[in-house]
Amino acid sequence: MSIKLKALLKSPWVFHFSTGSCNNCDIEILDCLTPRFDIERFGMLLAGSIKHADVLLVTGSCNRMSADRLRKLYDQVPKPCLVVAIGECSMSRGMFIHSYNCPVPLDHIVPVDVYIPGCPPKPEAIIAGVVKLIEKVRSS
Amino acid sequence: MGKRTVVPIGPFHPLQEEPEFFTLTVEGERVVDIDVRIGYNHRGIEKLSERKNFDQSTFVIERICGICSTSHPFAYTRAVEDVFPMEVPERAKYIRTIIAEGERIHSHLLWAGLAGHFLGYNTVFMWVWKLREEILDVMEILSGNRNNYAMFKPGGVRRDIQEEDIGPALAKIESILPTMDMLIAAIKDDPVIHARTKGVGVLSEEAAINFSALGPTSRASGVSRDVRVDSPYGVYDRVDWDMIVTENGDVYDKVVVRMLETIESARIMVQCLSNLPPGEIDANIESVPPGDGIGHIEAPRGETFHFVRSDGTNRPVRHKVRAPTFMNLPTFKSTVVGETVSDATIILAAIDPCYCCTERVAVRDDKGKKIYSGTDLVELSRKKTERIMSRMGIR
Amino acid sequence: MNREEILQDLRSRFAGDILDFQDKSPKRVFVEIRPEALKQVARHVFFDLKARFNIASGIDTRRAIEILYHFTIEDINLMINLRVKLDRDHPVIESLAPWIEATNWIEREISELLGVEFKGHPDMRRLLLADNWPEGVYPLRQDYEEWDETAIRDRGV
Ligand code: SF4
Repeated sequence: MSIKLKALLKSPWVFHFSTGSCNNCDIEILDCLTPRFDIERFGMLLAGSIKHADVLLVTGSCNRMSADRLRKLYDQVPKPCLVVAIGECSMSRGMFIHSYNCPVPLDHIVPVDVYIPGCPPKPEAIIAGVVKLIEKVRSS
Repeated sequence: MGKRTVVPIGPFHPLQEEPEFFTLTVEGERVVDIDVRIGYNHRGIEKLSERKNFDQSTFVIERICGICSTSHPFAYTRAVEDVFPMEVPERAKYIRTIIAEGERIHSHLLWAGLAGHFLGYNTVFMWVWKLREEILDVMEILSGNRNNYAMFKPGGVRRDIQEEDIGPALAKIESILPTMDMLIAAIKDDPVIHARTKGVGVLSEEAAINFSALGPTSRASGVSRDVRVDSPYGVYDRVDWDMIVTENGDVYDKVVVRMLETIESARIMVQCLSNLPPGEIDANIESVPPGDGIGHIEAPRGETFHFVRSDGTNRPVRHKVRAPTFMNLPTFKSTVVGETVSDATIILAAIDPCYCCTERVAVRDDKGKKIYSGTDLVELSRKKTERIMSRMGIR
Repeated sequence: MNREEILQDLRSRFAGDILDFQDKSPKRVFVEIRPEALKQVARHVFFDLKARFNIASGIDTRRAIEILYHFTIEDINLMINLRVKLDRDHPVIESLAPWIEATNWIEREISELLGVEFKGHPDMRRLLLADNWPEGVYPLRQDYEEWDETAIRDRGV
């Protein structure tokens, strides 16, 4: 494992990007930060800018307006960067699959490392997903 | 005229709610113009709903907004029930009211927490969100889910509330009331919050009427407008509660209206839970005859409006959705202009649409010398709070 | 004024403009009017009757484009729905936005999604659809068809 990845896993800073979600996934992400779940204990911090982040949390079904921005944003992330797709929307677009404004799923736009299913996934599931991600990177 | 600077806010921000793109034009510290571009969240739900049948549509529109995941199905089911004369069973009405009020509490708390965050009061954020978890627990006890409750269906509710769940839910609500009271008193008495929000971003009564502003946004401006009172649905005409209306229309009043409403909602929940009548929960609609139906209900942010046209088949031919923010958002034009940049964040926040945009602001000078990032703008707002605090000798 | 007086007044005042009057339920009336008269009727309802503008719904009925303007008079709990039917090939109607701020955005939305032209609208820019959405394609029309060849509509399983 490269030194960069090792450092990244110690304290992954996350940036949260909503591509036309229903907010539920986004709120559950925020919930992870608040006292009951408090993932800041483990060094995970919500970063205000993509340039400070190591992990990109993507929610929502990638509509036409945000798909372009997502691609641009992904180009700006300092690599290595891990992408986590949160919620059914960002996996297959769920029930928005036939929407005229959501043409392609997320993983056709940026590479995705972990999928966390659920609509919305509970905070516990999100934490479990991130833990799996860390394990996956560590063992690779 | 001083030099004008354009401040783009958004479209993406790390917190929540719809991405939107604001353009603030500022002259020095003053905001002289504001414009907004939405559409980053458009998923064509109205069209999607036309492909689903009446029952399936409930699930689609539940996912319009995670925070209003009760309001939209509620308005939609009422629209379908309005197409032809029918009665919803009593018990279903009570259950609907309970779920809708639970949602109002968690939505208002969510807002209060984030507003605190933008004022530089992370203590408020953490406290309020901790409290909100308790409400989500109540909802989980009652409906089995934290956010998307899936309780509604045209003609009634999908799931009953079990007798043995009522006790624990009531106990939980009672147990958080003292904390809520304490929190509200703390917010209302705090001199720093006063200094930051009183007289800031005033929406006048006339403007509120002409923009057709809704919900707490209009009630804080002295327009007593609440669908629960004006056109009672559910069991709101049978329980004892008060509509909260204040006069000033500034950010502080909007905070107060929302905070006091949570207490009223808790009162309604307690009354409904303790008087839940026995009986059927579903009217078992077999078909929807052709016709137009309109349903509107009071969501946490204001009136949610649904229009459904049926042609006698099993799907709506047209389903129009109007969320309250659609009407409240344009009021920025009247509230933000003339205020300072550091107050813009909290004014944008006060209407409860998408305050989090402010996290991704880049302020660009005309010559490109000065570039603030989004965090800096929130920082500006925080610094102002700190200055006020030190002037008051708090820190 | 109570409900009957308001409706009576509306009927006599705009006798020539009302094409159809449907008193559906105690809370709802549907009034079909000539499109040319929309401005007078809507302003009367909004300013004189002190109704609140709820929203407008645009509908493609295949024969015509129909727009319903929903107004609520809160004191008497009455919703007045003004219905206009426009020619489907060239739907044009006068904008209400110069008078009633609240109609500004919804007119932008209807013009985008259904292709109705609002004459005299102060600020007709895109509101919802993406910047690269083709001109002249209106997703809420009944005959909308997918134009994007790159769209993927299966779940890949
Ligand atoms: S997965 Fe569900 S909860 Fe998450 S954004 Fe999509 S619809 Fe909302």
